Amino acid sequence: MAILCDKNTKLIVQGMGRMGRFHADLSLEYGTQVVGGVAPGKGGQEIGGIPIFNSVAQAIRETGASASVIFVPPPGAADAILEAAEAGIGLAVCITEGIPVLDMARAKSALAGSSMRLVGPNCPGVVTPGQCRIGIMPAQITMPGPVGVISRSGTLTYEAVDQLSRLGIGQSTCLGIGGDPVIGTNFIDALTLFEADPETKGVVMIGEIGGSAEEEAAEFIKSNMTKPVAAFIAGQNAPAGKRMGHAGAIIAGGKGKASDKIAALEANGVAVAASPAMIGETFAKAAPELA
Amino acid sequence: MNVHEYQAKALLGEFGVPVPEGLLATTPAEAEQAARTLGTPVVVVKAQIHAGGRGKAGGVKLAKSPAEAQQAASEILGMTLHTPQTGPEGKCVRKVYVEAGSSIADELYLAILFDRAVERFAIVASTEGGMEIEEVAATNPEKIHTVHVEPNVGLRDHQSRALGYDLGLPTEQVDKFIPFIRGLFDLYLAKDCSQVEINPLVVTEDGRLIALDGKINFDDNALYRHPEIAELRDPDEEDPRERAANEIDLAYVGLDGNIGCMVNGAGLAMATLDMIHYCGGSPANFLDAGGGADKEKVKEAFKLILRDENVRAILVNIFGGIVRCDLIAQGVTAAAKELKLSVPLVVRLQGTMASEGRAILADSGLDITAAETLQQAGELAVAAAKGGMA
Repeated sequence: MAILCDKNTKLIVQGMGRMGRFHADLSLEYGTQVVGGVAPGKGGQEIGGIPIFNSVAQAIRETGASASVIFVPPPGAADAILEAAEAGIGLAVCITEGIPVLDMARAKSALAGSSMRLVGPNCPGVVTPGQCRIGIMPAQITMPGPVGVISRSGTLTYEAVDQLSRLGIGQSTCLGIGGDPVIGTNFIDALTLFEADPETKGVVMIGEIGGSAEEEAAEFIKSNMTKPVAAFIAGQNAPAGKRMGHAGAIIAGGKGKASDKIAALEANGVAVAASPAMIGETFAKAAPELA
Repeated sequence: MNVHEYQAKALLGEFGVPVPEGLLATTPAEAEQAARTLGTPVVVVKAQIHAGGRGKAGGVKLAKSPAEAQQAASEILGMTLHTPQTGPEGKCVRKVYVEAGSSIADELYLAILFDRAVERFAIVASTEGGMEIEEVAATNPEKIHTVHVEPNVGLRDHQSRALGYDLGLPTEQVDKFIPFIRGLFDLYLAKDCSQVEINPLVVTEDGRLIALDGKINFDDNALYRHPEIAELRDPDEEDPRERAANEIDLAYVGLDGNIGCMVNGAGLAMATLDMIHYCGGSPANFLDAGGGADKEKVKEAFKLILRDENVRAILVNIFGGIVRCDLIAQGVTAAAKELKLSVPLVVRLQGTMASEGRAILADSGLDITAAETLQQAGELAVAAAKGGMA
């Protein structure tokens, strides 16, 4: 069953530029049902065998799409998210990096009454191994299994997934939630989905410096999660006041430090990997029945 | 992105926020002339650097005549200021702002920022003006008052009014406080700020509200729609390596260790620093080569890493998703040859086209140490850096 997407997901691509086309092809190759692309002014054409529509609403009408992946460049990305929501799609995954905070703050607030779930922006996407690939992850390193993976980072997600797969521990769904200050789906949302998913038996959570999402997740895990959770927090040696690549990865005013996040997680019963090379191992120790 | 106080004050003025009159000076003679033009009995000569805590460090001086202003400017210009925000190396003062003195009855604190926890703008006010807000939060949290503004609703006067009364202002000053916050908030939205801080906001003896200091940070992601703000960037205030990285679209942060790092992805790049520390070493930099890393970019990244004289070894850690490891390997070998690399190089390639990439490195004839796992990469890089120092 997994979460967010499976073999029945019908995916459209908003923003059929170089990136959008490249990853639409890889998703198709992986077996994902990529049913259309949205590129205003190009409706009626085909790009790489994928039918193109002028709007998300039109694409949904014609294809019955249930999910959208957004590659629209920053100036139009927040608008693309709202277009997807207004068209009534169930899931939008926004890959775009570099959207102004103000745009995302307004878009997120406007989504409050919407039934659409947003993942990202500035995220690598979602993969349900063997079934569906939405976004830019190298799906070949995943393998089907019982562990849900949630991460604020892209490549560090691959590292975690690779470590699990090498230990023979498969994944139910791998989900990058994004490195921006305002994101659609946070750790608690993802944990809630994994807790409710009968096929997920445990969770690996990868956090990083900045904000307080990991601390909030720690509290949530203690009171709401019955499944084992292992974690890693990146940026234990990051200097204060410097933006570490991601817009949201910054220690500001003494807040958002890795040490505080690790302490909060450990205090709430989460096994935290001491080094990024020990993520798989730490999970295997925390959930020996799944290893 | 940060701007100087004098630039912030000009923006505040544009949005109707009262600021003292002031003039910029880069020489003592200009400072003297500025004081003369302002014509007030007292002027304040203020060092213009991108860091707070200038007063305590000797970067702000009162002058009671144009001659005194000239003297103050000659003392401040060219000095290296050390404040808690400048870092140990301090910052060299190249400009001063000469400002009309104000008669201060009371000092308040006012800031607007984005509160990630609730995804709303926060307007933060305190009666403890002139102090670091973090310090007030630690010692007197009850003296900090906050209202949250919903992004699609915007600021409401009742919120500003409530803050004014929370600060203990009398009604006639609350009436001035409301448009003051309004101007600040309009500026925040119009220019895509990430933080606006007025510390102190002074109440003058004749009952006016004035922004005596102003600090504004901008959302880097929104600079594309504010060319007039991007122009305010002062290259003298930025780390030259970070600036060079910025120009070639790499995320770079200089650190004080000796292992140069090149990684793809911010999370993995941070984790690589953690790995090096875990193995007993110390990284020289954070460098995220991004999703579009290719041969040319790898070469530029190597040049950047090697500008740091402390570097004794380089660790390349790539987990290819979008990035192809074979292209990275070509870039690494080309860069090592062209730059005649003299420090040991440890490379770990995983993911897309990793085996092809490893073959390119092995066949290059270069002395490159290949690592398979993250653990190995860390251990080998730390050992290499130690060997290089002996």
